[in-house]
Amino acid sequence: MQKIGVFVCWCGSNIAGTVDVEAVAEAMKTVPGVVFSTHYQYMCSAAGQKLIADAIHEHHLDGIVVASCSPRMHENTFRKTAEAAGLNPYMVEIANIREQCSWIHKDKEEGTAKAIVLAKAAVAKLLHNKPLTAGTSAVTKRCLVIGGGIAGIQTALDVADAGYEVDIVEQRPTIGGRMAQLDKTFPTLDCSACILTPKMVEAAQNEKINIISYAKVEKVDGFVGNFRATIRKKARCVDETKCTGCSLYMNKCPSKKGKDEFNMEMNNRPAIYIPFAQAIPNVAVIDPEQCVKLKTGKCGLCQKVCTAGAIDYTQQDELMEREYGAIVVATGFKPIDPSPLNEYGYAENADVITSLELERLMNAAGPTKGTLLRPSDLKHPHEIVFIQCVGSRCDENTKRGKPYCSKICCMYTAKHAMLIRDKYPDTKVHVFYIDVRTPGKNFDEFYRRAVEQYGVDYIKGMVGKVAREGDKLMVRGSDLISNQQVEIAADLVVLATAIEPDPSARSIGTMLTASMDTNDFFTEAHAKLRPVESPTAGIFLSGVAQGPKDVPETVAQASAAAAKVIGLLAKDHLVTNPCVAGSDELLCNGCSQCEKVCPYGAITYVDKEVRGPGVREVRRVAQVNPAVCQGCGACTVTCPSGAMDLKGFTNQQIMAEVDAICL
Amino acid sequence: MSVNNPNWKPKIVAFCCNWCSYAGADLAGSGRMNYPADVKIIRVPCSCRVNPLFILRAFERGADGVIICGCHPGDCHYTSGNYYARRRLTMLFSLLDYLGIERDRTRVEWVSAAEGAKFAKTMNEFVETIYSLGENRKLSDIRCKKS
Amino acid sequence: MQEIMNRMKARAIALLADGTVSRVMGWEKGEGEYDWSPALFENAEEMEAFVYGDYAGANLSKYCLKLGKLEGKTLVILKPCDTLSFKQLIHEHRLEREKFYIIGAGCTGMKDEKGALLKCNACKSKEFAIYDEIIDSEESRKPTGVMDRMAGVADLEQMTAQERYDFWQGELSRCIRCNACRNVCPACTCIKCVFDNPASGVQSKAPVTSFEENMFHIIRAYHVAGRCTDCGECSRVCPQNIPLHLLNRKLIKDMNELYGEYQAGEGDEERTPLTSYTKEDAEPGIVHERGRA
Repeated sequence: MQKIGVFVCWCGSNIAGTVDVEAVAEAMKTVPGVVFSTHYQYMCSAAGQKLIADAIHEHHLDGIVVASCSPRMHENTFRKTAEAAGLNPYMVEIANIREQCSWIHKDKEEGTAKAIVLAKAAVAKLLHNKPLTAGTSAVTKRCLVIGGGIAGIQTALDVADAGYEVDIVEQRPTIGGRMAQLDKTFPTLDCSACILTPKMVEAAQNEKINIISYAKVEKVDGFVGNFRATIRKKARCVDETKCTGCSLYMNKCPSKKGKDEFNMEMNNRPAIYIPFAQAIPNVAVIDPEQCVKLKTGKCGLCQKVCTAGAIDYTQQDELMEREYGAIVVATGFKPIDPSPLNEYGYAENADVITSLELERLMNAAGPTKGTLLRPSDLKHPHEIVFIQCVGSRCDENTKRGKPYCSKICCMYTAKHAMLIRDKYPDTKVHVFYIDVRTPGKNFDEFYRRAVEQYGVDYIKGMVGKVAREGDKLMVRGSDLISNQQVEIAADLVVLATAIEPDPSARSIGTMLTASMDTNDFFTEAHAKLRPVESPTAGIFLSGVAQGPKDVPETVAQASAAAAKVIGLLAKDHLVTNPCVAGSDELLCNGCSQCEKVCPYGAITYVDKEVRGPGVREVRRVAQVNPAVCQGCGACTVTCPSGAMDLKGFTNQQIMAEVDAICL
Repeated sequence: MSVNNPNWKPKIVAFCCNWCSYAGADLAGSGRMNYPADVKIIRVPCSCRVNPLFILRAFERGADGVIICGCHPGDCHYTSGNYYARRRLTMLFSLLDYLGIERDRTRVEWVSAAEGAKFAKTMNEFVETIYSLGENRKLSDIRCKKS
Repeated sequence: MQEIMNRMKARAIALLADGTVSRVMGWEKGEGEYDWSPALFENAEEMEAFVYGDYAGANLSKYCLKLGKLEGKTLVILKPCDTLSFKQLIHEHRLEREKFYIIGAGCTGMKDEKGALLKCNACKSKEFAIYDEIIDSEESRKPTGVMDRMAGVADLEQMTAQERYDFWQGELSRCIRCNACRNVCPACTCIKCVFDNPASGVQSKAPVTSFEENMFHIIRAYHVAGRCTDCGECSRVCPQNIPLHLLNRKLIKDMNELYGEYQAGEGDEERTPLTSYTKEDAEPGIVHERGRA
């Protein structure tokens, strides 16, 4: 007979308020197997834990039930307490009498009765517990960073700095991401490229960092410490090892219809191109959709001018398999397409642009070489209207946009307004806004400068309609402060469009089994306390992939993710979850049904001599790799003979709980 | 039946997956969202761990209703567990229905870790349904009933 | 059928003689006129007792589990529907193909003392899912038994829940837990059944309560769901004449309706409807909705 101790926690008044803890402790004394039962104010406190440890020694307990808060809260705490007192940590069961009892039931009698049942169920389960020993698995000391924007670059630099190898997989031909497209950054107004490109170079020159550009992660298997990724490096038809980035071909290429993605498709580029001057790798890429040679077989001009002999039209996609201990998701964002919000007339009017398009129009490397000209007639705009919250903060039920605040728009609009007023003092600038949100260091000062020093006209209200009249854009909206309808004849309208996760995020999330919210942002392991980790072990979050944020926040989170990665890679071995499936060879039919439902490929079959009472023969039997099994239990239900069982949640344990609850 | 015994309280077993629904139940608790004490939760790693034997066993031992909660399809912590659970439980429920057992004594609900309110609402509804069905007589094992 | 039997016998004796096979799994006559039972023959003399014909209804697939462990090849005679059971056991890695020589036996529908067998009234197929050679006739290739095999299930579905409950209580309460249904079933092949395993928590030898036979039969049907070929042996051998096939067929009907047409043992896919899924599968609530409609 086992000796079980029961420890009922008051949790101050959280439990004791609606559950008679003394009565629970008393009732548990009569349960078969229980040799000791008590209650205490805070079991999780040092004094509470000492009480448990003392009882384990004094009563020679071989299992304990703690009736307290959710096991998601303190199961680990009490397992450690038990372990320190010489008990196997898996001889601990928690009865959740707070979240699932005292907090939801007002009636003390009812709450007490339920707490007793829950504690009895925990004892019933515990009577079937077996001591479990966690195994270990080795850690591959290499990190995969998916996405080569500022978030991915910063994480990679920090991880590499600690001495670990990092692969950055970037879907575009160059790293740099969205930040590379920005002209200036708020609130300091320093040039974005000037602060980003040194980091890009640093990443490229770091011997621990391997940049795999124009590539995507196709498949990920494995688990924390032991991931295996298949990466598809797309054929760029240019040999990366030979290309010098000379750009001689640019004028030779007869195809000029490719849209320049870097400049938000506001101008065209040749079929062979380098996205921007400071691209890394500084290697050309051929757009297979536009290349005359690839489409018709005739041309080959770029090959003729290339003195390095780097052009190879026959290049094929390359599949590479790499192993990693940790994976960082830094997939970033894109602005939404505001076309469906037809009141803004984005689709119809060339002079209604998004803020990111404005960034390119203001940038010296942009389509207008940095002179602010409106797209329709390349004239200088004299009256500009900015519209905030386009597609952000929308009622979820209307499906017109995103329910969340995109966070960066208030600040970059103030930046745009200020820069325009500074460079073109003859230009009037109006901003329609719902609220101005500036909670950041030097942010509100920045915004006030736009209003007070640069005379930007902020109008609290929404825009109802943007319509072309002659060469003007008539912007009709409401001014909620003066309670009037306003109409502005603008030359240019700039939409502060909401940002959304990069379209690649969803498939990456599925591949990594990393959970995402309804907006496709990755979810954190804990919203407050574990903000840079995914709930899936070994997956870390960096940058906007987790939620809207500006550059400094992105960099801070990227470094935080790197710290978590370093903490993981610094370990030689990880302790594995001992609650894994296992097959009873004497019962196993070898029917291969369980293998079919295992999401991790943890089950294999071997022909093996099976020995038991009256049995000695070679049979095909299932074997579970405990390092790969994650303990879901799918196999256990598929197994008709009950040979497959799950440690920690065995058939007997669950049946015992069922019985205890129903009797 | 309940009409005859005003003191009758139903016994309801709720199997909740560790990652979504159990956390959802915890959230219902921290939000102080009430639902009847008749519901007792058993934590399982995943809805795919719920063996039909457990459900039948519960009914055999006198449960009046059994509800299984898991992550929403597509959000399973183990990628595919709830997809298998969905087929298995559909087949089991259909077979029970075919045997003439009240189909409303069984239910599956997908509850995420963020859906504390949904958890409480689901439990309130389910308990109400079980009250209207009354005591489970078709499935229970008479030996196991307390007199 | 006499002609098929003669050819089959001659072929079997030849295969025994040239050492291709070490034994023959077939049928022999028993005491009564209809009482043909599975039998093993090891040489030409023993083959004198071999019979094949209208009463060779028994599905020999399950016997192969033991025969597959013996030295040498076994010749097994399989009717078209029997080949599905055999192939399903191959899918489950319970049988090794190379341990058997399969003669596909032409079948014109099997009988017992009460007439055509249940499975033959709704004959699934005249195709052989697996074979080494086929011995059949013009006659045996013609379709037989074209009744709707789901008719009985559909009738029950039309009843009220209480009527269904009463029907099944009436049927299942006669169960004596002789385990004949389990022992004959070519899908029920566990080395040790959960109901025989003290550690499973559901072990029991005889029905003690009104619920236990329900539980046994629910789980029996459930455990073979997706693997049951609907061979009907369970109902054929039940000494209490419980229409157990109606449970299996209900699951087959549901799986076909919800997850697409599927016949266990057909094709080469080892996954069954319960070891596969689609993201768009029906929710379990469909059972409730269907009931209310």
